[in-house]
Amino acid sequence: MFWDKKIETLKTDDLQALQLKRLKKTISQAQNVGFFKKRLADAGISASSIKTLDDIQKIPFTKKQDLREGYPFGFFAVPIKEIVRIHTTSGTTGKPTVVGYTQKDLDVWADLIARNMTMVGVGKEDIFQNMVNYGMFTGGLGFHYGAEKIGMTVIPSATGNTKRQIEMIRDFGVTTIHCTPSYAMHLSEVAEEMGESLDSLKTGIFGAEPWSESVRHSLEKRLGVTAFDSYGLSELFGPGVAFECEERNGLHIWHDSYLVEIIDPNTGERVSDGERGELVVTPLVKEAMPLLRYRTGDVTMLIEDGCLCKRAQKIARITGRSDDMLVIRGINVFPSQIEHVLLKIPEVGNQFMVYIDRINYLDEMTVEVEINRDFFSGELTDLAKIQKKVGKELRDSLELRTTVRLVEPGSLPRFEGKAKRVMDRREEI
Amino acid sequence: MDTKKYVIRQISIFSENRPGRLAAIAHALGEEKINILAFSIAEANGFGVVRALVDHPEKAHDKLLSLGFNIAFTDVIAVHMKDQPGGLYEVAKILGDAGINIEYSYAYSGKEGAVLILRVDQVDDAIKKIKNSGATLLERSVFH
Repeated sequence: MFWDKKIETLKTDDLQALQLKRLKKTISQAQNVGFFKKRLADAGISASSIKTLDDIQKIPFTKKQDLREGYPFGFFAVPIKEIVRIHTTSGTTGKPTVVGYTQKDLDVWADLIARNMTMVGVGKEDIFQNMVNYGMFTGGLGFHYGAEKIGMTVIPSATGNTKRQIEMIRDFGVTTIHCTPSYAMHLSEVAEEMGESLDSLKTGIFGAEPWSESVRHSLEKRLGVTAFDSYGLSELFGPGVAFECEERNGLHIWHDSYLVEIIDPNTGERVSDGERGELVVTPLVKEAMPLLRYRTGDVTMLIEDGCLCKRAQKIARITGRSDDMLVIRGINVFPSQIEHVLLKIPEVGNQFMVYIDRINYLDEMTVEVEINRDFFSGELTDLAKIQKKVGKELRDSLELRTTVRLVEPGSLPRFEGKAKRVMDRREEI
Repeated sequence: MDTKKYVIRQISIFSENRPGRLAAIAHALGEEKINILAFSIAEANGFGVVRALVDHPEKAHDKLLSLGFNIAFTDVIAVHMKDQPGGLYEVAKILGDAGINIEYSYAYSGKEGAVLILRVDQVDDAIKKIKNSGATLLERSVFH
């Protein structure tokens, strides 16, 4: 099923013509952002110097660190009065990355979600429970508006209270769910304990963290759904950038809206189709916050074979990161953020180790920090206060619950050269 | 009243909750020929504080510090108890009646009877109250 058959199945020539037209428009729009204006001027490029799609390679990459420099509104290409929504995502250090949307952006975004959901075969007849965070995270409201657009009955259940979630699925006859794959595993376990079979479920949309084929089989068996992979990131609106179709063999990325390049993260050179590299995207339809050659950090490849569904070229499921970003319970965490938080707390040192485990299908993060000699009073209660303070600061900054372990000064490993502060002990899901 | 002579220096050592930490501390003190007179471990979420009364607190402090331990001095007081049934009650009642709030406490029983070691909020005030109530405080010179 198609939401917008014409655009989803454009012939290559027509698609490239549309991409070129939109690329030029995006470059013009980006000129409204000081950062890009200077970048483009330095590179001697303007919209008119882009003759072919390959000319985009003359434009320097944009990195997540660049967005940080613009905090809060430095990357907005329209006056703030034109912005109707703001979301944030984790930055590489203390400050979040701010993303803004015009009304047109929200419409375009909802339309992309509508395409995805129609593609997996859900629609007006379906009852949809959206079990992701509805706050600053783009996954909640993003799916919400897309699902309403195609006329689904939407239950904005958000996260938490798994028993209640299960009762709603049962009582409301929910057919379609959206959540992280690890939460889905947890949900299936709790349902089993409650003796609920969740017979109404048909479709599961899972995203925000990488997951394997074995988890797909497991979720399909346990929940009785057909499971689809969803990909997106806040800088590119949010979810809805790429999605599996009914073939479930790679994700259709919407080429009319996102210009895709796969590069070698070390050299910045493009790699061939079928070769893995970092996904670099130039969004072609963003108004409030245009980006040029944005390095997503996600590792994938362009799939050579076409798809039975007749939509355009697919990317492979994301297999990892080209940087040190962690995905914990669907939330992005950079080790540098943890360092940034610790720097502000004199009671502990700046060395740290992070351990990530998966307990009952949920990610748990433990941070070890050294107690600072000068702040040791000899009292257990003071130590407990420091432990609590570090936990609170980390939670406030990362929006993630962490376990803090206080360790003796000098006991954590010191690194010369590249630090290896993260021990990801999760088994592949 | 000179309360100073009743103030005893306890050493408090931060320790991770993992095997071998106590052995490391005890070994270091043994090497320096420091005798441990009383001792307790308080534990919280993943870590603990080893508390000890030793005959040479300064020497213990310097030794453990040189080994990288996180160590601090804490002022405590010691109350004599009768080493017989009801001994603790007698002292505890006096403390309660005197309105002394105990932050933590541990005890040992030695040649001269039983001793209750107390960490209290207002040390000077507590010393005066305990003296006035008729209980016996041990002087610092008993320990070090």
